[in-house]
Amino acid sequence: MATVNRDNVEEVKTDDGSPKIKPRPIVRLGIFLIAHSPIFSVVFSAAGVLALLLLPLLAKNTYISENALMPGSARSMLSNQDVSDGSKLVNDIKNCRLNHEGQGVEVQKLIGKYMSDMGAEVSYQKFHPEGNQFHPLHFFSGPDSYTLLENVSCASYGVNVAGIIRAPRGDGKESIVLVTPYDFINGGDYESLSLGIVSSLFSLLSRVTWLSKDIIWLVADSRYGDYRPVAAWLNEYHSPSFKVSELLKCDELNTADNFRRAGTMAAALVLKVDGRSERFEDTLSIYAEASNGQMPNLDLINVVNYLAVHRQGFYVKVEKVVSLLSSSWLKIFGEIFEAVGKLAHTLNPDWNFGIPAADYLEGSATLASSLYSQALGIPTGPHGAFRDYQVDAITLKVSPRFPPDSKTRQHDFFLRGARLLEGTIRSVNNLLEKFHQSFFLYMLTSPSKFISVGVYMIAFALLVAPLPMVAASLYIDGCKALTNSTHNSAGNFKSWKWLDAAKQVFALHLLGFIVTLLPYFICQVPGQHSPRNRSIMWGTTSSSLLLITFVTIPGCSLFSSRPHGTNWAVLKSVTIAAAFIGLCLMSIINFATAEIGALLLVPTCLMAQPIKPALRSRRVKSLLGAFCSLVLVTIGFPVIFFAISKGLLGEGLGGLSLGGEFWIWLESLWAWKSATYLYIGMVHLPCWLLCLCILFHPS
Amino acid sequence: MASLLRSLFLLLIVQSFLVAIAFGSNEVEEFSEALLLKPLPDRKVLAHFHFENRAPPSNSHGLHHHLFPKAISQLVQKFRVKEMELSFTQGRWNHEHWGGFDPLSSMNAKPVGVELWAVFDVPQSQVDTSWKNLTHALSGLFCASINFLESSTSYAAPTWGFGPNSNKLRYGSLPREAVCTENLTPWLKLLPCRDKDGISALMNRPSVYRGFYHSQRLHLSTVESGQEGLGSGIMLEQTLTVVLQPDTTSVESNMQPSWSLSSLFGRKVVGRCVLAKSSNVYLQLEGLLGHGSKNVDTEIEAHGLWKNADFELSLKPERVLRESSSFLFIFDIDKSSDSEPFDLGLTWNLPSKWSCQQAPLHASRFLMGSGNERGAIAILLKATESQEKLSGRDLTNGQCTIKANIFQIFPWYIKVYYHTLQIFVDQQQKTDSEVLKKINVSPSTDKVSSGMMEMMLELPCEVKSVAISIEYDKGFLHIDEYPPDANQGFDIPSALISFPNHHASLDFQEELNKSPLLSSFKEKSLVRSYTEVLLVPLTTPDFSMPYNVITITCTIFALYFGSLLNVLRRRIGEEERFLKSQGKKTGGLKQLLSRITAKIRGRPIEEQSSSESPAAQSSVLSSKLIFKIILVAGAAAAWQYFSTDK
Repeated sequence: MATVNRDNVEEVKTDDGSPKIKPRPIVRLGIFLIAHSPIFSVVFSAAGVLALLLLPLLAKNTYISENALMPGSARSMLSNQDVSDGSKLVNDIKNCRLNHEGQGVEVQKLIGKYMSDMGAEVSYQKFHPEGNQFHPLHFFSGPDSYTLLENVSCASYGVNVAGIIRAPRGDGKESIVLVTPYDFINGGDYESLSLGIVSSLFSLLSRVTWLSKDIIWLVADSRYGDYRPVAAWLNEYHSPSFKVSELLKCDELNTADNFRRAGTMAAALVLKVDGRSERFEDTLSIYAEASNGQMPNLDLINVVNYLAVHRQGFYVKVEKVVSLLSSSWLKIFGEIFEAVGKLAHTLNPDWNFGIPAADYLEGSATLASSLYSQALGIPTGPHGAFRDYQVDAITLKVSPRFPPDSKTRQHDFFLRGARLLEGTIRSVNNLLEKFHQSFFLYMLTSPSKFISVGVYMIAFALLVAPLPMVAASLYIDGCKALTNSTHNSAGNFKSWKWLDAAKQVFALHLLGFIVTLLPYFICQVPGQHSPRNRSIMWGTTSSSLLLITFVTIPGCSLFSSRPHGTNWAVLKSVTIAAAFIGLCLMSIINFATAEIGALLLVPTCLMAQPIKPALRSRRVKSLLGAFCSLVLVTIGFPVIFFAISKGLLGEGLGGLSLGGEFWIWLESLWAWKSATYLYIGMVHLPCWLLCLCILFHPS
Repeated sequence: MASLLRSLFLLLIVQSFLVAIAFGSNEVEEFSEALLLKPLPDRKVLAHFHFENRAPPSNSHGLHHHLFPKAISQLVQKFRVKEMELSFTQGRWNHEHWGGFDPLSSMNAKPVGVELWAVFDVPQSQVDTSWKNLTHALSGLFCASINFLESSTSYAAPTWGFGPNSNKLRYGSLPREAVCTENLTPWLKLLPCRDKDGISALMNRPSVYRGFYHSQRLHLSTVESGQEGLGSGIMLEQTLTVVLQPDTTSVESNMQPSWSLSSLFGRKVVGRCVLAKSSNVYLQLEGLLGHGSKNVDTEIEAHGLWKNADFELSLKPERVLRESSSFLFIFDIDKSSDSEPFDLGLTWNLPSKWSCQQAPLHASRFLMGSGNERGAIAILLKATESQEKLSGRDLTNGQCTIKANIFQIFPWYIKVYYHTLQIFVDQQQKTDSEVLKKINVSPSTDKVSSGMMEMMLELPCEVKSVAISIEYDKGFLHIDEYPPDANQGFDIPSALISFPNHHASLDFQEELNKSPLLSSFKEKSLVRSYTEVLLVPLTTPDFSMPYNVITITCTIFALYFGSLLNVLRRRIGEEERFLKSQGKKTGGLKQLLSRITAKIRGRPIEEQSSSESPAAQSSVLSSKLIFKIILVAGAAAAWQYFSTDK
């Protein structure tokens, strides 16, 4: 220990001969990094992007972590009798809808009758289609208790049907939920097949003795969208208002005091059947992303995937960005990685990290979609409503390979679909504890491959690592510059250099906060406005606010030529520090948003430099730098980035309606309480404005 | 001779007197067995085994018993138990289909798991001690973890919300206790014939546990003799209630299934338990009133009661009793023998439908809210379609009211905010004073005692629904307080809803013999129903990763103590002086490194003198090391001392 201490304080003779204590190695390393920050920031950022591109290679195969699940270990008990019950229901619904041309609740009553014939307890629930009201202070406040509007019109409401099978010997503490969204008015033939599948299963479950959790089958009235009925039902389940509701008086169907419950939900499965499969097999798509990039436990996906692939022979897929599949640059990357992998394999046969370029392409397209849906923070299906109540849920979308009127194929399809669900329910039923064993933070690159949090965080960490380094180095530079310029007085306040810059950064962040809240007030403006008008309103108020900020806060003046106290280097340093803090905070809330945000914000922040000196110097290098920073700042503007990403996703751009579309997009973000909205308003926008300030800094 | 005779005579008298005292006046121990079968409206069959064992008051100190189980009598003597009930239950009682307003359901519909309550005959200060000892004794006796009720966090002392009013009552329940055959076997051992003979021979384990509901109950009460110097008698009542699903062969779905004892249990009764005073089988048929009213009048047509167009019994009943809404067929199994076993069967010929009597209000309970934050417990009472609520109406002040008692225990980690109690009657929020007649709350203390709430609601008779909600916060448990399956969540025991003005009893028109089962049905019993057990997810640490925890903790400790020691023992000025006096002295490797760095930097190599003698260094090192070790050990001891509270 003594020697170590002496090592630490190993002295170095300075010029005047007095011993100077050498700092510790970690401090020296820090100083070294800061001193060479330009090189390191380039290296780290490049490594960050590369690590992101490498992620499909690093994906691991999924495995079932919870031993109690035991998927596929029991023989399926589903009989042909059950399946024919399901087919009968589908036929009856068809006939019923022909007889009662899209009115009343006849179909609901029919389904309810089927349920009660199977021995289930049936309840009907009325809900109002509009529930989501944006309120800026309700972010992260958990699921809303949709406050009942005073004047509920009876014209539009939906009716959900829920049936509960009580586990014969269970204690009723837990339940498993099956959801089939069905549009009772104009649901297609394919949609009713999902009812058939679950009805077959339900008929089986009402007989079996192995249930330990109650089973709830919810037929959600999806005429107002898939999500809303499920959310309304869950809201009634978890936080009913015991006050009298206007909606109850609306109809011949009396649903008062009828709502039934069945314990804590262990898991939920949403089943949808849509259009014909393009492949030879029946296709099963799994959707898992819930609000703010939350994912269900990986074990739930694993169980479904295992049973679908190994027992029922479905082709399982998860969503991917199709346009990426044909992108040539990604293909080149894939080929390079493949070549490197092959090379490594020849060097040492144990190194098997190479994957074929086609697999890489598929993996990255899936990963991109996963990243995109998580970053957007909007649930990809009705399962998102369950996640708000900490219930693990996924949506299974099945596409049969036959036309909907083929009776013979339908039987087989029902059998396999119901067996898949039966196996999944049996596995979840085996669980003694709630899902906790496997991952919650992951991204899928294929239905059977995932990247865990420990791996994908590396890419982000590398990407944001330059920020503190550059901030520190800029701060040191800025301080030096300031001390040189105002040599006489600055010595006393050396450590307070950043205060002016911090004021400016704070002012712009405050502005960002106000701009974030503005849409709420714009929505309160009476009268009907088109999204485009609203976006114009928003734009004008925001820019006028910006102008006011610039006028009132002296340090912020963007275009004034008068040189003032704040050095741009210090300003940039504080900006980068703020961006770093914002990104790190966001990475905890929603990793995908932070990752995409970092990809945009990090280069912009690092490259931002005043363009005036660059133009004055007329050197190619500085001109190129100025051009790059200009381009980056342009891309960094949220509206422009929105337009670019739309173009990338292969959707058409309607030039003038861009503002309107952007507004609609933002509206959807806050309607879903996506933290991405907060990120854009409170981290991205202020940092972007600050970069603009630096760009036009009169230095 | 005469004197001898006289003395003999005296001796005889004394002896007979002693004998009479020993057997407690004229009474002797009695045991009786009975089985009640009852088809249920949802195509199931209820079988209720009832065994009653009476020990008359006696003052003999030998405590010798002929029939009465010694284990129980010792229990009563030792812990001075006045009344006690222990039940083991699996499955849920279906109040809608299996009834909620008859003595059978009000006594035998029990909450899931184990429920135990006892009234003691000891001074108030010793009640808790007696309870704790009793739980341990019962735990050993019934192979169940009843001893967990010993902890003061798991039981409560209800005053009036739970049936008997006494301040010496203790109540506790274990909702998660798994009930199986290892609990049934010791229970059967208390019977004089075990399950070898008599009605209990029917208890074939697979068929008993295949049922939808299964509840074994043991109720004992002491009967004061009233005489001076005479102890108290004990009455032990053991019941087993099972709901079974007969195997159906009929295709028709609306037809009630036919069954027989052998098809239900896979066994037959071959004779009575010879020690039993009475052993009867009863069959209760509900809802045949329309049919019965026109037939029962004459004796001849009474025959038609058990063999008619609707249904057929395989045996002729001894007697038929008529109750206000049901018939009771009584069979004596005395006549059965090995060659001709008693195998009662019921065959339905026509579809038949009836409904059971329901309690005035149907209770259900659920959790509100989500996540690991605050939540609320809601109890929903819904009016049922039974007229019985009128029978119990309380016409005080000219108003028809229903009284409902709610008794509920909250574990301490459910921190209930009693001020948030909200009551909605027919979807209108009511103030407490409007509907709440009485309320008694004992708040929980963290890790010391559980909370308890008793309240009495007074509701108008025409009430449709009542909702009661009360908010709670979730507490944090210490790491070693988590059960092995912590991620399942934690249970809140069932709440008990009872209706003090409603009493269930079977009112037989004919006077009947003293059958213990029937007389217990005839007694008025409080209508009560238990709600569901709730599962509360609490914040749970990640037990599967102790490694992470250990690593992080160790790192933090290392960093903390390292820097603390550094700060404590470093004296910069001293070091500088020391360095100045010593000059540059480094080891070989360091020298090499400094040489390399010097080369890189292009400076001349600084001369370095050789190090000091190793002996002096090691002595310094050892004394410092010892000091450090002592410091760390002291810190660790202090940490250990302060971290273990109390």
